[in-house]
Amino acid sequence: MDLSYSPEELAFRDEVRGWLNANLPADLRRKMAQYEHLTRDDLLRWHRILAKRGWIAPSWPREWGGTDWNLVQRYIFEEECGYAGTPPLIPFGLSMCAPVLLKFGTEAQKKRFLPRIYNGDDFWCQGYSEPGSGSDLASLKTKAVRQGDQYVVNGQKIWTTLAHYADWIFCLVRTDSGVSKRQEGISFLLLDMKTPGITVRPLILMDGGHEVNEVFFDDVKVPAENLVFEEGKGWTVAKYLLGHERMNTGRIGASKRELAKLKEFAAAQTNNGRPLIEDVRFRDKLSRVEIELTALEITNLRFLDQMRRTGQPPGADVSMLKIKGTEIQQALSELMMQAVGPFAQPFRPSDGGAGFDSFAAALAPRYCNMRKTTIYAGSNEIQRNIISKMTLGL
Amino acid sequence: MNFDYNEEQQLLADSIRRFIARDYDFEARKKIVASKDGCSAAVWSTFAEMGLLGIPFAADQGGFGGGAIDLMSVMEAIGEALVVEPYLATVGLGAQFVARGGGDAQKKSILPAVIEGRLKMAFAQTERGARYDLAHVATTAKKAGEAWVIDGEKCVVLAAPLADKLVVSARTSGQPTEANGISLFLVDRTAAGVSLRPYVTLDEMRAADVVLSGVEVGADALLGKQGEGLALIEEVVDFATALVCAEAIGAMKQANDATLEYLKTRKQFGVPIGTFQALQHRMVDMVVAAEQARSMACLACAKVDGEKDARERKRLVSAAKVKIADACRQVSQEAIQLHGGMGMTEELKVSHAFRRLTMIAQQFGDAEHHLGRFAALDRS
Repeated sequence: MDLSYSPEELAFRDEVRGWLNANLPADLRRKMAQYEHLTRDDLLRWHRILAKRGWIAPSWPREWGGTDWNLVQRYIFEEECGYAGTPPLIPFGLSMCAPVLLKFGTEAQKKRFLPRIYNGDDFWCQGYSEPGSGSDLASLKTKAVRQGDQYVVNGQKIWTTLAHYADWIFCLVRTDSGVSKRQEGISFLLLDMKTPGITVRPLILMDGGHEVNEVFFDDVKVPAENLVFEEGKGWTVAKYLLGHERMNTGRIGASKRELAKLKEFAAAQTNNGRPLIEDVRFRDKLSRVEIELTALEITNLRFLDQMRRTGQPPGADVSMLKIKGTEIQQALSELMMQAVGPFAQPFRPSDGGAGFDSFAAALAPRYCNMRKTTIYAGSNEIQRNIISKMTLGL
Repeated sequence: MNFDYNEEQQLLADSIRRFIARDYDFEARKKIVASKDGCSAAVWSTFAEMGLLGIPFAADQGGFGGGAIDLMSVMEAIGEALVVEPYLATVGLGAQFVARGGGDAQKKSILPAVIEGRLKMAFAQTERGARYDLAHVATTAKKAGEAWVIDGEKCVVLAAPLADKLVVSARTSGQPTEANGISLFLVDRTAAGVSLRPYVTLDEMRAADVVLSGVEVGADALLGKQGEGLALIEEVVDFATALVCAEAIGAMKQANDATLEYLKTRKQFGVPIGTFQALQHRMVDMVVAAEQARSMACLACAKVDGEKDARERKRLVSAAKVKIADACRQVSQEAIQLHGGMGMTEELKVSHAFRRLTMIAQQFGDAEHHLGRFAALDRS
């Protein structure tokens, strides 16, 4: 048993770390460190810097721009990005639409969309959830009716992350409502966001941020060539995506960075005349999160090692990483808010903002925002259902 | 990076599992626990024949030159079967002092005997009021010519009634909680002046409070350097802590397996109770806790031997023990809850796993103790 990376893996990590530190623009680094909201341009700028380096889509096949990195290298790269505090890579194009096209798309679809995803020419979003279909996704009702060489789409999606930035949306739509099994009769459709009949309405979250939207479809005409895979087989596509290898689900790198930041911040806060970090009640909470994070990192490496040796996809293991990873992210954001004490209360300046501590004021909203992590991407309760069924056989 | 056992470790794991399946099931264990000594001589000889008693000792003493990583699978199996023989006390504690701190003559006279199963050991350290502070040693050893005279009282000395030799910590200088001035001595359990108040522990092992009253030992009984015993005590206790973490993984596996089986077979309202989501999610959380605990046990066993920086070693062992203690409590408590009334009875093995897990949570320091040590050693 050996818990360390090999010398080659360490050299790779150092190369990635060095490059990220040298190439992450100072203003983006600062925005990330200050928990500021990122604009479309911020996200795309970082995307294009990585694309230029050839590191934007490591898991794609070589011919489409992949890096041929092995599992461990891909994991190291993702964790190093988190640790360096780079802007997030928006997954909808790179690691959701693209893998679907690579697996199920026609040559024409691949040629049309993949290079534009790679270069950051198209910004994608995901149309899955609906007002009545959250965890129970298969109950979705947005309808697409085939008329000649096009589909006419009517309905509504919700929680559509960054739809207000998006050029394209991939959607699960119902093409047949007369099926006995709800998972049948669903299709996977690609829609140009500029198509007449699409309306995006912001949903402002409790932290004041605009991340998610409602998207309405009113007689939206979509060329039939934008259907991916067969009509009525959209559930197969969706399931493939859910099982797609995503070993950074635990977000270890990003949480390590937050932990270091929390320690530094708590050391600078005063509590009863002493640094807050020396307060036993606070310190115990912090230590428990640090230990849980250490355990999760090793758990993640164990799963990775197992995948490498058996060639098996991660399966329900990813659910475990999601549950613990998000619990840790939430705990860290909560401790950060707690650390700032009474200054958690100021939210936004009501005049020009002179002397306003915007970093301190970002901590409580961030705590609010992080509540999403145990809800999105399959709530943690759904993850427990998955483990219960797949691992435990209950 | 490789989390697999190597071929030798796997063979070892397989052979101990075979032995346990054949000779150490729950019924066999019950008989051993109920016996006069609470320990089976036959089991101990089999351990010796299988080579289990020699794993972490040097080849020139008859051992295999292994470390905590090599003992992991053994400790896991011991945990799963709830073995009550004093493996940890002898191999993980007592003899470790000799192997790490003893002189050649001491090694020669003790280690081969341990490896061959002829000698059991125990570590007499804890004193009244010391809790988990390893520097709290008030027992004294005073020079009398060439000999030493030891006086004091040691509490909760695991396996003391079974041990042939005790490793006793005693103060040769300084105040009762000072780091310097602690020395280690080899003392025959039957030596004049040694008296035991033996008892059975909650987890059905044997232990005793040990009173040392004018116990005279020769100069050759001193283990390691006079007055510098604390570093060795910390090293060996960290080693044993890592081992008990691995043992906990096995005991948690037993509790989780039994609970899962119960959820699948026990019917209420006409269906297996495992179909109820309220129970499914609790079961999942038990399994997740055990996986996280396993990761920390791997870390502790890998680093307790491999980490040369003592401060970092202590910090990682403490991190592991915090996670293990928390997981022990969660898994054991939930296992009983999900078993319902049956889990409360002595008749099911799971209640015995509960008792062992509860004790492991506090053995060598509870979560709060190790949280304190973990934080105090943080360099960042």
